[in-house]
Amino acid sequence: MDTNVTSGFDVTRLRQDFPILATQVRGKPLVFLDSGASAQKPRAVMEAMTRSMETAYANVHRGAYHLSEVATEAHEAARVAVQLFLGAAEPEEIIFTPNATGAFNLVAHSFGRGMLKPGQCVLVSEMEHHANLVPWQMLRDAGLGIGLRFVRVTEQGELDLEDLAAKLADGKVGLVSVTHMSNVLGTVTPAAQIARLAHEAGARVLFDGSQAAVHRSVDVRAIDADFYIFTGHKLYGPTGIGVLYGKRALLDAMPPFFGGGDMIETVTLEHSTFAAAPARFEAGTPAIIEAVGLHAAIDYVTGIGMEAIEGHERALVDHAMRVLTQVEGLSLLGAAQDRGGVFSFSLEGVHPHDLSTYLDRSGICVRAGRHCAEPLHARFGLDGSTRASFGLYTTREEIDFLATKLTDARRFFA
Amino acid sequence: MSAAAPFDELYDLYSKVLRDLARSPKHRGSLEHASASARGDNPMCGDRVDIAVKLDGGQITDAMFTGRGCEISQASAALLTELVRGKSPDEARAMGAAVARMAKSGLRDETTEDLTRLSILSVVHKFPSRAKCANLAWHALDAALSGVKETSSE
Repeated sequence: MDTNVTSGFDVTRLRQDFPILATQVRGKPLVFLDSGASAQKPRAVMEAMTRSMETAYANVHRGAYHLSEVATEAHEAARVAVQLFLGAAEPEEIIFTPNATGAFNLVAHSFGRGMLKPGQCVLVSEMEHHANLVPWQMLRDAGLGIGLRFVRVTEQGELDLEDLAAKLADGKVGLVSVTHMSNVLGTVTPAAQIARLAHEAGARVLFDGSQAAVHRSVDVRAIDADFYIFTGHKLYGPTGIGVLYGKRALLDAMPPFFGGGDMIETVTLEHSTFAAAPARFEAGTPAIIEAVGLHAAIDYVTGIGMEAIEGHERALVDHAMRVLTQVEGLSLLGAAQDRGGVFSFSLEGVHPHDLSTYLDRSGICVRAGRHCAEPLHARFGLDGSTRASFGLYTTREEIDFLATKLTDARRFFA
Repeated sequence: MSAAAPFDELYDLYSKVLRDLARSPKHRGSLEHASASARGDNPMCGDRVDIAVKLDGGQITDAMFTGRGCEISQASAALLTELVRGKSPDEARAMGAAVARMAKSGLRDETTEDLTRLSILSVVHKFPSRAKCANLAWHALDAALSGVKETSSE
C-alpha cells in the first residue's frame, strides 16, 4: 500500500502542482521543511497572477473603464473568497493588509489607540510570534495608560487556561490577542473556549491564524472571534498580502490607521470624511495581483479540502512524533495534545545553526534560531531551536530522511 | 562516513581545528579588572559572545571571552582572544576587518602567521548565512575598544 495516499489525498500527485519541489539543492532533491516560515506555491497561483497581468490588469476602485472594472471585480471576488474561507458573515469584514504583521499593527493602532481606554490592557500569551507582541509593547509604551499582560504557557506547551481566567478576572482586559496555532510548538489553542472566557470578562478577542488557517478549517463565527488574522504567503499564496477579519460593528466603530486615497468619502483641504470598512482601512493602491494570487491559493486548498489537508497533516504529525522521538539526543519543545505540523527541537551537542547548515547539505531546509518567538525560547530556557514545519506536500519519506540525517549530524558533531 | 561532494564543504567548514577551537577552554572565562568589554548578540540565531580585554601602554595585554552559540561563532571568539594579545587596538581591528574580508571573498590571507590562522574562517564564504557567526566576536571587540557595550553582526 502506498503510505502517502490517505483517504483520497494523493500527496505524490499534489507535489506535481509545486514546480519548486522538483528542483535540487546542490544535486540533492529539495526537502522543504520550512513551510511554517513561508510555503511554496502551486502552479495555479502563479498562473492566476500572470493571467491577471496579461489580461485583466488596471488599478482598482478608480477607473470608469472596462479594464479597471474587471480588475476591481477580481479584487472584490478575492475578498469574497476570503470571507467564505473564514466563514465570515460579509465580505466587508475582510480587510487586505500587506501581511499578518500589517494586520496586527492596524488593530494595535486603530482599535488599540482608538477604542481601548486608559486603565485597560491587552492580554497576550508567552508563545506569541513577535508580530503579536511588539505592536502591543509599542501601544503600552505610547503613554495612553494601556497595559500589557501575559498568559502563561504550561510545560506541555499549552495555553494555561486557569491563568487566562485569572488574568481576565478584574475586568481590565480590553483585548485578548493569542495565537490559534503556535509557530514554534505546533500547539493548537482552544479558540472557542478562549473567546468565551474573553467575552465573559468583557474583552474582545483576536486570533493569530497565521499557522492555523493553513492547517485547519477555520470558522470565525463558530469560534466567535472578534478579529482573525492570517497571511497569504503561508497559505501557498503570494507574499505582500495578509488578511484582517473583524466583526462589522467593530470595524465600523474603529478609526482609520493609514490615511490616503481609497479610504475617504469626501476630501477638502481642511478635512476628510472616511469611507466605511473595508475601504477605510485600505488606503492607497492595494496588492492587486497578490489578491488574485491569494484567491487562487484559497481555491487550491479548498479544492483539495481543508479536512483532507488536516487529515494528511495529522497522519504526518503522528508519524513525526514516532520517528523524531526515536532520534537519540533529540528533545521536542512542547507536548501539546492538539498540535499541527510544526516541530521545534534541540539536538544534544549540536547548535541549531550548525545543524541547519549540516541538513542544508542534504537538501533539507529547516529553520534555526528563535523563529520570531524569543520570549517562548526564554520560557523553555533555550537560546534557540531547530524547527521542521510541514505543508500539504510533505511526505513521510521526508520526515524519515530528516530523522536519519539528524542521527548523522549528531555523529558528525560528536 | 562517505565524503560526497556537498559533504566535503561541510568537512571544510567544520574542520578539526575549528571544532577544537570552539570547544577549547583556553581564554574562555571572565577577565578580572578588564579595561574594556562588550557583548555581541545575534538575536536571530541566539549566538552570544562577551569579549573582555585588558589594555596597557597602548597594547592589548589580555583577552578573554564567554558566550554560547554555534561552533563558528565560538571558534572565532577563541581565535580572537588568542591572536589579539600583544596587539594595539588598531592592529586588532585590522584583524577583524581581515576576517570580514575573508568571510566575504573566501580568499585566504596568508601574509602573516596570524592571518594564516584566521584564514580558517574564510570557508564561511561558501555558507553566506554564516558569515555573521564568524564576525560576531570581532564586532564585539570593536565595540569594546570603542566603549560601546552591545553590538551584533546581523
